[in-house]
Amino acid sequence: MAENLLTLSGVHTHIGPYHILQGVDLAVPEGGVTVLLGRNGAGKTTTLRTIMGLWTASQGGIRFGDHVITKLSTPEISRRGIALVPEDMGIFTDLTVAENMILAAANGPMDPKRLAWIKELFPPIGNFWNSSAGTLSGGQKQMLSVARAIIEPRRLILIDEPTKGLAPAIIKAMTDALKELKETDTTILLVEQNFAMASSIGDTVAVMDDGRIIHSGRMDELVADVALQEKLMGLSLEAHQ
Amino acid sequence: MSETAIKPRIEKIPLKEQLAQKLPVLLVPVLAAVGLIAIGNPASWLTLTVAGLAMGMMIFIMASGLTVVFGLMDVINFGHGAFVAVGAFVGFTVLAWLAGWTASPSVFMNLTAVLVAILAAMLVTGLLGLAFERVIVMPVYGEHLKQILVTMGGLIVAQQMIYVVWGPDELHMSRPEALQGSLVIGEAAIEKYRLVAVGIGLALFLGMRHILKNTKIGLLVRAGVENGEMVEALGYRVRRLFLIVFMTGSALAGLGGVMWGLYQETITAHMGSEIMVLVFIVVIIGGLGSVEGCFIGAMLVGLLANYTAFLAPKVALISTIALMVAVLMWRPQGLYPVVKAK
Ligand SMILES: Nc1ncnc2c1ncn2[C@@H]1O[C@H](COP(=O)(O)OP(=O)(O)OP(=O)(O)O)[C@@H](O)[C@H]1O
Ligand SMILES: [Mg+2]
Repeated sequence: MAENLLTLSGVHTHIGPYHILQGVDLAVPEGGVTVLLGRNGAGKTTTLRTIMGLWTASQGGIRFGDHVITKLSTPEISRRGIALVPEDMGIFTDLTVAENMILAAANGPMDPKRLAWIKELFPPIGNFWNSSAGTLSGGQKQMLSVARAIIEPRRLILIDEPTKGLAPAIIKAMTDALKELKETDTTILLVEQNFAMASSIGDTVAVMDDGRIIHSGRMDELVADVALQEKLMGLSLEAHQ
Repeated sequence: MSETAIKPRIEKIPLKEQLAQKLPVLLVPVLAAVGLIAIGNPASWLTLTVAGLAMGMMIFIMASGLTVVFGLMDVINFGHGAFVAVGAFVGFTVLAWLAGWTASPSVFMNLTAVLVAILAAMLVTGLLGLAFERVIVMPVYGEHLKQILVTMGGLIVAQQMIYVVWGPDELHMSRPEALQGSLVIGEAAIEKYRLVAVGIGLALFLGMRHILKNTKIGLLVRAGVENGEMVEALGYRVRRLFLIVFMTGSALAGLGGVMWGLYQETITAHMGSEIMVLVFIVVIIGGLGSVEGCFIGAMLVGLLANYTAFLAPKVALISTIALMVAVLMWRPQGLYPVVKAK
């Protein structure tokens, strides 16, 4: 298996008085898609936010490439090549689609070739270029959020539930786009509840519960092992009731 | 993707929403028209309207920085008035040094003196803003109660410093020759200085709008007001952006101080805290964080204060507070509520 691009070892995160992450160990191999599964409230979003520096780990370490990034600020982490597509999409609704993209290209003007590629991946970006981002539909906002994350080449993209609340047609379009993104050697850490989607795109998988990783391995092995699936997914089914 | 065939729907913003966008702007001419009816005499009305707009512009200049500072970092700065007062006193001193220029019959020399005074005041208050942010505001990010106490403390310290440097008495700040007296239009007498104030305020507002809409730093400020975390996740240091905004806002308060001093022609160490009542009313009316709302709010407050001072002097201050209450009953978040992600 390829080298790990990102490694979390024994990461604890506190939010105010709450002890949310309780020793997360997670490895994201370079060049593939790692899927993070887990029931609601398991700590998936908190894990992504901790990697991004939006929460600071109180214990443990996060290594990215050859560097420890545990205590770096969010802008510094971003500038090292990690992008976040947050759960709430983080669209600037007061700005136009174009302005959202201009800000996302933090290192200077947008590369026209890359922008053309993005407009092909997500046609609404081009169609609504000068519209206020606040007027976009939920699916279009999600596309814009992913588009922002990839307007500059990144080493790692953290994507938090990109199919949440979307219609099946849009989910398929989003999945296709992520698959194409995968072909460009971008490493992706994807939080996803939709197991069909997750298993079609993931190379490795980690399952979280109660602020810990309770399983990690190859996606094809999990897909083949129905008993294990039931054990892990059953857990998440129970929690949904 | 099937939905991409749909044409951009941007023109289809419902009429009601479009109107809602424009309504606050319409309040200004409406108030002016009501003023004309109530006052009756067009000449007095014109004089009062120009006075009101001038006053509004000056309040806007002082308030604009405060509203963006709040929008961007949720910082409530009760010390903002210190920059107004310090700006006025620095302007006073510079104009006193340049007495030869201000007394000169040359309009050019007069205006140059004012310009130098303004630049000096903005430089000093901008730097004071830098110190204020680093020493007083930075340690209390995210803690509103502490912010209120600590920034008020900063205000008191600044006032005491003014006593030390300029003494405890109020000072007379006279306008240069060219800015004294009035223009007579028909039967209305309009003070020249008020026209200058309207011009400066309008230019500043348009410049600010341009920066916010068309420059990257302006986009960052607007994006940061809505969702600062996301701006950081895109790789920008919001704290540094905030410091720039804070210093700019302080410098603008300094500019407002010089202009207010020349308008009132007397300056005192506590002039800042007096004017801050109106500044806070304007910021609240406009919608915390909104520059355009702040501008409209300032015009409304300026006009209303002048009309009522003429019609019913006893209720002048109460009228602006009543205006604030009325606006908040109509729009609890102010005229232009700012979108916040959280
Ligand atoms: N800002 C916060 N303040 C307090 N508790 C929080 C905060 N954010 C998250 N939590 C708590 O941390 C736990 C993990 O939340 P997190 O959002 O990481 O879960 P998740 O796995 O992403 O869930 P979901 O699938 O619902 O998105 C939950 O119990 C949640 O209530
Ligand atoms: Mg989540």
